[in-house]
Amino acid sequence: MSAPALSMFTPAAKEMAEKLGLKMGRANLDEFAATLEELAKTNPNVVAVTSDSRGSGKLAPFGKALPKQIIEVGIAEQNLVGITAGLAACGKKPFGVSPSCFLTARALEQIKNDVCYSDVPATLVGISSGVSYGALGSTHHSLHDLAALRAIHNISIVVPADNFEARATTTAAARANKPFFVRFGKAAMYSLHQPQTSFEVGKAITLREGNDVAFIATGETVVHALLAAGQLAQRGLNCRVLSMHTVKPLDTQAILKAGRECRAVVTVEEHSIHGGLGEACASTLLQNGVCVPFQIIGIPDEDTVTGAQADIFRHYGISMEGLSQTALKLLK
Amino acid sequence: MPATNMGTVLSDHDLVLKSVRLRRKLLEAIFEAGAGHTGGGLSCLDILNVLYNRVLNVSPDNVSNSNRDRYVQSKGHSVEALYAVLADRGFFPESELKTICHYKSYFVGHPTRKIPGIEMNTGALGHGLPICIGMALAAKMDSTPYRVFTLLGDGELAEGSNWEAALAAAHYDLDNLTAIIDHNTLQITGHTRDVMSNEPLDEKWRAFGWAVKTVNGHDYAALTEVLSKPAEPGKPTCIIANTTKGKGVSFMENVAKWHHGVPSETELKQALAELNAAEIKLKEAK
Repeated sequence: MSAPALSMFTPAAKEMAEKLGLKMGRANLDEFAATLEELAKTNPNVVAVTSDSRGSGKLAPFGKALPKQIIEVGIAEQNLVGITAGLAACGKKPFGVSPSCFLTARALEQIKNDVCYSDVPATLVGISSGVSYGALGSTHHSLHDLAALRAIHNISIVVPADNFEARATTTAAARANKPFFVRFGKAAMYSLHQPQTSFEVGKAITLREGNDVAFIATGETVVHALLAAGQLAQRGLNCRVLSMHTVKPLDTQAILKAGRECRAVVTVEEHSIHGGLGEACASTLLQNGVCVPFQIIGIPDEDTVTGAQADIFRHYGISMEGLSQTALKLLK
Repeated sequence: MPATNMGTVLSDHDLVLKSVRLRRKLLEAIFEAGAGHTGGGLSCLDILNVLYNRVLNVSPDNVSNSNRDRYVQSKGHSVEALYAVLADRGFFPESELKTICHYKSYFVGHPTRKIPGIEMNTGALGHGLPICIGMALAAKMDSTPYRVFTLLGDGELAEGSNWEAALAAAHYDLDNLTAIIDHNTLQITGHTRDVMSNEPLDEKWRAFGWAVKTVNGHDYAALTEVLSKPAEPGKPTCIIANTTKGKGVSFMENVAKWHHGVPSETELKQALAELNAAEIKLKEAK
């Protein structure tokens, strides 16, 4: 096994980020925790529920500042979701925060029944999602969560790409009267948006216009798509980049527009290639008679390679270089 | 302040008489639906009768009052008993019981919030207690006086989530929470002791930090006494209600196959005849 990658970005990718004017922010999880604390200070009904996860959820400062608004349930994810649902049914605006791998697998039945079926305004926050835990292995990866939750009625699924989206999503979830699932990684993220960008759950954000290839990406993979578009521009190709932060309800109009206007579509996600954003886009296109060269980039259905998140991303082509190559192949 | 919506004060005798009528309704509803959970419904019916007529400050008039008591039926499969009691309390017309499980009916074979008076959607086992902890915590956070109740099956206790919740309820000193165990000792496969032993229940709950009371789950005076107030300040209350599965119908009592057995027309007639006879006897005894 090679040593873990030092950085998520190659020197060339960093150079491209600089060229595109991207500034490094903090981890989306940090932005979430800070936003939640701000919201909780103005609304005493905002409550955090943790399963021995306040450290990994970056909620230790929240706990210190607002000890009466944080509930610790111990290492018990089923109980975490049930309690979160009960709080929501009694006027609270709870955020159940737990590693996504455990939250969405062990407690899936509680999410389905106690939150979605009972239709309570609870937000479930999957932390260190996807392959954020890297070399800790498949027990700690959540490559199934989008697929599992997409198949459950009555829950919005949002995967923020940067600090701006993380803040906007947290605020939207706190205001919503419906179930939410939000997924965060723990790596520091480049800022992709201007502060004046408008954010709406269910509406993709166009980061870059172009009609050669459309990258439809979600979460922490969006930046790699944006960098790839920058690299492909140097070859004279104009690529569209959509941050599809909301996986459900899906912005089908943006997907169809991309499919109709672009020569190829590449979807990118930190998730199994089965049942996530890519298959949702494929289904949308095909069911509307849009046939376009198409590739899903994600984690294939195999024993996931060992390594840090950055290693795993590069291994499976979730990188500026990998995505550029995928796009070029599709255009051939 | 707590709502008081108990309406007319009913004597033990009145409630026992009512229970006979409710048992008839339950059986007729299951017969109409062609599906249902007969045995467990009959075993918990007296508990529900006491809760909704003597203990819970919930009524059709205060379903949106945030200070109302909360009842979550963790053993959701016994929904026909709950429907019968809610209809009797006026949450919806009794005629709706004929629609249970029918095409496009709101009356699903497990509880849903679409039905007035039902707080949460249940049916998968091991969910009610964690939900009730959230509700009880919300009451404590808001310094509101409502109480939270859940009803668990004894077979249901094999679900591990109950024990996660049992730890948490005691950890948070939730004396506004009462868990009632419908201890009829039978589950779908047979005796609980044969399927998965769970005794001694009282010692287990006590060891988890709960105040425990054991009661005859068909004794109205005894049920009223233990349900009317928390057992001990600073501790959640566990009521082990010893019950008879299929209670009230001789050929259904203590027979596992009636867990979700649906009576045939002949069996229904026989059951109703038994209940009618019991009613006459009760009226004579008054």
